[in-house]
Amino acid sequence: MTPRFKPGDAVTVRRAYPPGHIRTPHYIRGKSGVVERICGSFANPEELAYGRNGLPAQPLYRVRFTQGQVWPDYTGTAGDSLDIEIYEHWIEPASGATDAR
Amino acid sequence: MRGYHDVGGLSLGPIDKDQHDYALWEKRVDAMLVLLANKGLITTDELRLGIETLGADVYERLGYYERWIASITRALVDRGVITTDELGRRMADVGRRAQEPS
Repeated sequence: MTPRFKPGDAVTVRRAYPPGHIRTPHYIRGKSGVVERICGSFANPEELAYGRNGLPAQPLYRVRFTQGQVWPDYTGTAGDSLDIEIYEHWIEPASGATDAR
Repeated sequence: MRGYHDVGGLSLGPIDKDQHDYALWEKRVDAMLVLLANKGLITTDELRLGIETLGADVYERLGYYERWIASITRALVDRGVITTDELGRRMADVGRRAQEPS
């Protein structure tokens, strides 16, 4: 699969709460960040968990979030960031951003 | 829904950062997973799913590698690598051996 996003793109993690094996932490769903890099494409672990092949391989992104936006009560240094690796099917263009596909 | 293992951001108190030596059986469980994965008999993702579906009570009660062996066991039975009957008989054999004076 050709990656939908590129480094620098503003993205929002989907607010979805399905049962099953999920690799996107609960606390980051609905939060917005910026693609820091494309890590490559990998068989989807959410399918591999059930003994299927996980293909087509899903692009995996390292997305950078601002700690202060993730945790409303964050008291650390302003500008502290948090990187999370997230598969493409879990992110969308950030609201207001253009999806340059 | 939020899985019982997915605790990021919850207030669970301080983190115990003490290190400990691994017991021999823990090393064996780790090695077993590597060997099974190399043979294509389990994936890390199946291991994780198995841990996430132990049930919250069991998950809380078991230690790290106890969760692993519980999950590995179920995955191998699910895939037909071993049967529960084989497992039960072997466990009984090992239990008897452990009782014998060495």
